[in-house]
Amino acid sequence: MDILGILNSTAGFVLAPVTIAYALAALGLAVHFGFAGLLNMGMAGFMALGAYGYAMGILSFGLPWYLAALVGLGAAVVFALILGIPTLRLRGDYLAIVTIAAAEILRLLFLTKTFDEYTGSADGLFGYNGEFQEANPIADGTYGFPPFEDTAATWWVRIVGLLILAIATFAVWRLVNSPWGRVLKGIREDEDAIRSLGKNVFTYKMQALIIGGVLGAMGGLVLAMSSNVNQGQYVTSLTFFIWTALLLGGAATVFGPLVGSLIFWVLQAFLGLLFPAMAEAGLLLGLTSIQAAQIKYIIVGVALVLIVVFRPQGIFGNKKELTFVR
Amino acid sequence: MENTTVKRGRAARLLAALATTALSLGVLLMAGPATADTVNDEMPYKVSGNVQKSGEPLAGVSINVNGNGIDADVVTDAEGKWKVGVSERNTTYTVTLDETTLPEGVIVKDNPETTDVVEAAVMEVEMGPGGRVTMNYFIGKGERVVAPYIDQVVQRLISGVNFGLMLALAAIGMSLIYGTTGISNFAHAEMVTFGAIVTFVMSGMGAPIWLAIIAAIVASALFGWGLDSAIWAPLRRRNTGLVQLMIVSIGLSLAVRYTFQLFIGGGTEQLPGADAPKIPLFGTVALSWIDMASMAISVILIAAFAWWLMFTRMGKATRAISDNPGLAAASGINVDSVVRVVWIVGATLAGFSGILWAYFRPGIRWDMGGQILLLMFAATTLGGLGTAWGALVGSLIVGVLVEASSLFIPSDLKYVGALVVLIVILLFRPQGILGRKERIG
Repeated sequence: MDILGILNSTAGFVLAPVTIAYALAALGLAVHFGFAGLLNMGMAGFMALGAYGYAMGILSFGLPWYLAALVGLGAAVVFALILGIPTLRLRGDYLAIVTIAAAEILRLLFLTKTFDEYTGSADGLFGYNGEFQEANPIADGTYGFPPFEDTAATWWVRIVGLLILAIATFAVWRLVNSPWGRVLKGIREDEDAIRSLGKNVFTYKMQALIIGGVLGAMGGLVLAMSSNVNQGQYVTSLTFFIWTALLLGGAATVFGPLVGSLIFWVLQAFLGLLFPAMAEAGLLLGLTSIQAAQIKYIIVGVALVLIVVFRPQGIFGNKKELTFVR
Repeated sequence: MENTTVKRGRAARLLAALATTALSLGVLLMAGPATADTVNDEMPYKVSGNVQKSGEPLAGVSINVNGNGIDADVVTDAEGKWKVGVSERNTTYTVTLDETTLPEGVIVKDNPETTDVVEAAVMEVEMGPGGRVTMNYFIGKGERVVAPYIDQVVQRLISGVNFGLMLALAAIGMSLIYGTTGISNFAHAEMVTFGAIVTFVMSGMGAPIWLAIIAAIVASALFGWGLDSAIWAPLRRRNTGLVQLMIVSIGLSLAVRYTFQLFIGGGTEQLPGADAPKIPLFGTVALSWIDMASMAISVILIAAFAWWLMFTRMGKATRAISDNPGLAAASGINVDSVVRVVWIVGATLAGFSGILWAYFRPGIRWDMGGQILLLMFAATTLGGLGTAWGALVGSLIVGVLVEASSLFIPSDLKYVGALVVLIVILLFRPQGILGRKERIG
């Protein structure tokens, strides 16, 4: 068993575009759930809009890549409005069921053969990143040192992704520590109390839903910049994995989602390589390496249960600022 | 999937015969000069094939080759042959035959790689190191019979009621659990899958199907009991919040789902009798005996459940807790033991619904429950969260809607209609059809 090789590949995920994408989406979910108390179970839908908006903006509408990226974010705003108007007045678990259904509707619309011309249906979209890579100021070649050694193209995605993440984190940090953020936390704790102070609770919730949704779309955008777009990526499990990353770090924190995503992906990568290697070495009671690759997902599920029950505030959260009020 | 009336067992035999014919014909044709319609001839590697119906070539059929940056359309020539040049080898391409360009009354036969008839015209081909691959379609006649519209409607309605009854078995339990404990149980999907998997494993070990089904029902009841005593009862004692409980059910769902995949793998398996012949009723409307049995058993089970809920002490206690848990506890009802019975009943109904779902789909997969989880939520919300009869009404509406909607919209969008209805109903009547307004908070 090649432990060093496994550790080496695992370390590569510290800066991987997928980790950055998860961090952005988890940050958006922190705004939704951690600060506003909104149970959004459709984050995958927001991410899909970011990714498909970007890819379709380039392929179908012929926009430059930066405008196409804005199409994805704009689509997320519209989606948040459509979702929020009927459901934000209802109790939390209704929002959960509606958002999960809406995300699945989006995925089925991207999957259907009816719009194959625009969405690529089951094959997804690819070959749209040319212009984005032409804007790459880094000369061709390989940079960095192992395990962070990569091509100029990958570094460009990383740099753009980290820039977006840094700006987004700063913005969220400023927002939640502003008067606006305090009202939002108040709504999470006791909606009626805030309403009696004369605040329009619905507007605040809607603003939070839009901001978090746009952050999720940014996550999808980073995923789309690093690889192809396929509806198979934006299934409900993606939402659940992002919830796991968020709750691991701490829902009502700004840096918790970032660290949570990092831990989630490093552990996913490590276990995803370790178990098959152990199975091949015959250490797992006769499981094949394909079977062993499933174990990491079982662990994600068990971990989610344990976090929610035993440490609901997450690693960095404050027990006093518990998001599970009801 | 009811568009074709061909039986899978016969299709498989036909396919074998056709394959032999196609092979010998291919050898004969290879002797002649290659005059196939060719696209991208300058590329180094070739995907090719010929389209014929029992030896007679079909010209003018559109084929699409997709993958690795290639997306080429080609039309078969007078000999039914086609060829597309591609740039990469050691990889796979997707070859799609456009069925609308086939002559009237002719369709692509089931292919061995998929059980989905809609997908039969779509094939994955492996391009090996040789850089050449041949992809032949098996075309048969008489499958794409366009049934009279009224027959289609009736067939869809029956199919929808069948699907709705099956959905109701799962949704009633889900709604009852919601009513008594407040949990939106995402792991209900896995309780559905569990019943189907136990049936499959038991019949795989040689048990007759009736025994396998009884074993699955018993195992499902034990599963519900086990989940409650291992997870939900301790959480009740800790007074865990509802949102936390919902997320626990999500975590549980992930863990159990991937445990299923660990044991049965990622493929689709069939239960015995899944290819039962369809019995024509009238016109082109036909049902297999499995469909009929499925509906009959669903109705009997729902009636038995109704009797239990309305007339037994336990059923009355369940309704009392659904109404007002505090008052029920104060009047001497042991909430904990009633909730345990609710989990057992819910899991049993869900497990049985899983067996029916395995026949309806058809096939057993590790995530088969997850495929209808949102429809269950739609059904319970539509009928009114927490009400057993609401779940029944909601399920029947969702079932008929899903099946009938494919008369108007593409069949790969049939779940979308039900999910849109879920969102719309929340706009106008958030308490659902049979729910009460004070429940929505």
